[in-house]
Amino acid sequence: MASKTKNAQFDAKKTLDTVEQQFETLQILNEEGEIVNEAAMPSLSDEQLQELMRRMVYTRILDQRSISLNRQGRLGFYAPTAGQEASQLASQYALEKEDFILPGYRDVPQIIWHGLPLYQAFLWSRGHFEGMNVPEGVNVLHPQIIIGAQYVQTAGVALGMQKRGQKSVAITYTGDGGTSQGDFYEGINFAGAFKSPAIFVIQNNQFAISTPREKQTAAKTLAQKAVAAGIPGVVVDGMDPLAVYKATRDARERAVNGEGPTLIETITYRYGPHTMAGDDPTRYRTKDLDNEWEKKDPLVRFRKFLENKGLWSEEQETEVIEQAKEDIKEAIKKADAAPKQKVTDLMSIMFDDMPDYLKEQYEVYKAKESK
Amino acid sequence: MAQMTMIQAITDALRTELRNDPNVLIFGEDVGVNGGVFRATEGLQAEFGEDRVFDTPLAESGIGGLAIGLALQGYRPVPEIQFFGFVFEVMDSIAGQMARMRYRSGGRYTSPVTIRSPFGGGVHTPDMHADSLEGLMAQTPGVKVVIPSTPYDAKGLLISSIRDNDTVIFLEHMKLYRSFRQEVPEEEYTIPLGKADVKREGNDVTIVTYGAMVHESLKAAEELEKEGHSAEVIDLRTVWPIDIETIIASVEKTGRVIVVQEAQKQAGVAAQIVAEINDRAILSLEAPVLRVAAPDTVFPFPQAEAVWLPNYKDVIETAKKVLSF
Repeated sequence: MASKTKNAQFDAKKTLDTVEQQFETLQILNEEGEIVNEAAMPSLSDEQLQELMRRMVYTRILDQRSISLNRQGRLGFYAPTAGQEASQLASQYALEKEDFILPGYRDVPQIIWHGLPLYQAFLWSRGHFEGMNVPEGVNVLHPQIIIGAQYVQTAGVALGMQKRGQKSVAITYTGDGGTSQGDFYEGINFAGAFKSPAIFVIQNNQFAISTPREKQTAAKTLAQKAVAAGIPGVVVDGMDPLAVYKATRDARERAVNGEGPTLIETITYRYGPHTMAGDDPTRYRTKDLDNEWEKKDPLVRFRKFLENKGLWSEEQETEVIEQAKEDIKEAIKKADAAPKQKVTDLMSIMFDDMPDYLKEQYEVYKAKESK
Repeated sequence: MAQMTMIQAITDALRTELRNDPNVLIFGEDVGVNGGVFRATEGLQAEFGEDRVFDTPLAESGIGGLAIGLALQGYRPVPEIQFFGFVFEVMDSIAGQMARMRYRSGGRYTSPVTIRSPFGGGVHTPDMHADSLEGLMAQTPGVKVVIPSTPYDAKGLLISSIRDNDTVIFLEHMKLYRSFRQEVPEEEYTIPLGKADVKREGNDVTIVTYGAMVHESLKAAEELEKEGHSAEVIDLRTVWPIDIETIIASVEKTGRVIVVQEAQKQAGVAAQIVAEINDRAILSLEAPVLRVAAPDTVFPFPQAEAVWLPNYKDVIETAKKVLSF
């Protein structure tokens, strides 16, 4: 008996394989724009499908224009979004107005479509305090720079909604690299322990700056990290707007019905650099890899899908592009018109009730500013 | 009026605010049914329910995030960090996040969070329980840092902290939890944040201090009195922002000052106070402003506390140096 126990081996491979099998990738539209999973097809009207396409095209243009405005020095910090339109916009499209978004630094498009005026997004990029003075009734937070912090905060927002008895959810986003953070695990684990209405999205765009996803973890999927929190995890084709919409909508349904949080991994790609602050993807990515992912472009497949249904035309697309360019021009103009920040402004947004030491410094700067 | 220990006064303040404001939520590790590791939240869950007073998983960073998120939904969170040595796990949520919420959002969102946490030496706790880390917090724009030294102050300051619309770090010295009783009014009252308290009036030397060192300073003042020196003891009560006005008024009267803290000399807030006095009252000074502080080592192994922690003898010695300068 003793010798038998000694030789018996725990079947590690079986354990890993069994777990991995639970996390197959959900896809509805293939690269050719064909429905490959009719059963999972979300119920969206023709108008809704067109609106989703409109937002994706608009956001692609926003990315192109933002990169060029950044190069002209007319924008500051900017993290490119091209390639992630399905992942970002179809997930936001599955939300309701009362849902609260806690974005990462790349997730500006989601909060724009949730109601943040474009010129404010530009002010945020430039570094102006009015940028994230979010209008009343728009339920979004500023893009989070500390990777993972938005996850623990989401657990708190979701618990707040639950305590208030609201039928709404808190949704947050991080990248593949972000899943290595402690706050990532703590966030999903807290939401699980409190059974709170949260949706945690991992946008796996394959790289965290120059570090490939394989160097973050030996786990075969990132969605399976949900197992550690005891919550459901789903892998979706992040280049497929219908799959992303479906997964988010289902997670929302579960959440508002009191069944707790969900972790969604979208498999996606960023066509551009990590940020516009000097990152050069040719140092760590091959042309072949870029080409492979360009074939998966969410706009290409969704365009084909809609054209086959007679719901999209070149004229419609041109109209969206022109509209986007026009809006962007207006927004930049409005951002230009924002008053320059003064030190006294920064002091006045520190506390509700300004402490004496700040009042003293306020007077000093007020005198300087009036010269 | 009732005779209360500091821990009872804290529980009383928490009960008062749970009653007054339905948005007040208390949470942390073992603060619910257990009533807290020091009984600070004893009976509160039984009285107000699990919806108001609840336990969390064991993760300080998660607790910080939870507080921020709940505040975004209109709650007034009063989380607990079991021992302040564990603050390193939640430094981002405090210094990187809640302290900056109002500023980052141009005033749109706030973090009216009061973080309660025990600290302080003299009770032979294990590693990382007793460290005085208020200096880290005092260097964080966007927060206030409160350290009471008496039951009366603890209650009034905690009620004010909870009602404050910005983040307050409320540090409770473990040695003071049950070391003495004091008359504490049963009804609610507040003590303004940022206001020091002259615990003993004197004319020859000013002793500026806070936390457990208030009592060491009062003891030292009694001894000094026997030798004919009259010491004024100022209890800061809020270590950030500092009540400069009260300090300077005293310095202008006595002309001599020492600053007494339990933290290491390179930590705490003593250096900040010395700098303010030099900036504002150098012409009143008869002697340099000296500091009583712990040696610049890691907090001592429990058996070495007695030789390491500053006490009334150090206060007397330093006061005499200043008096005979």
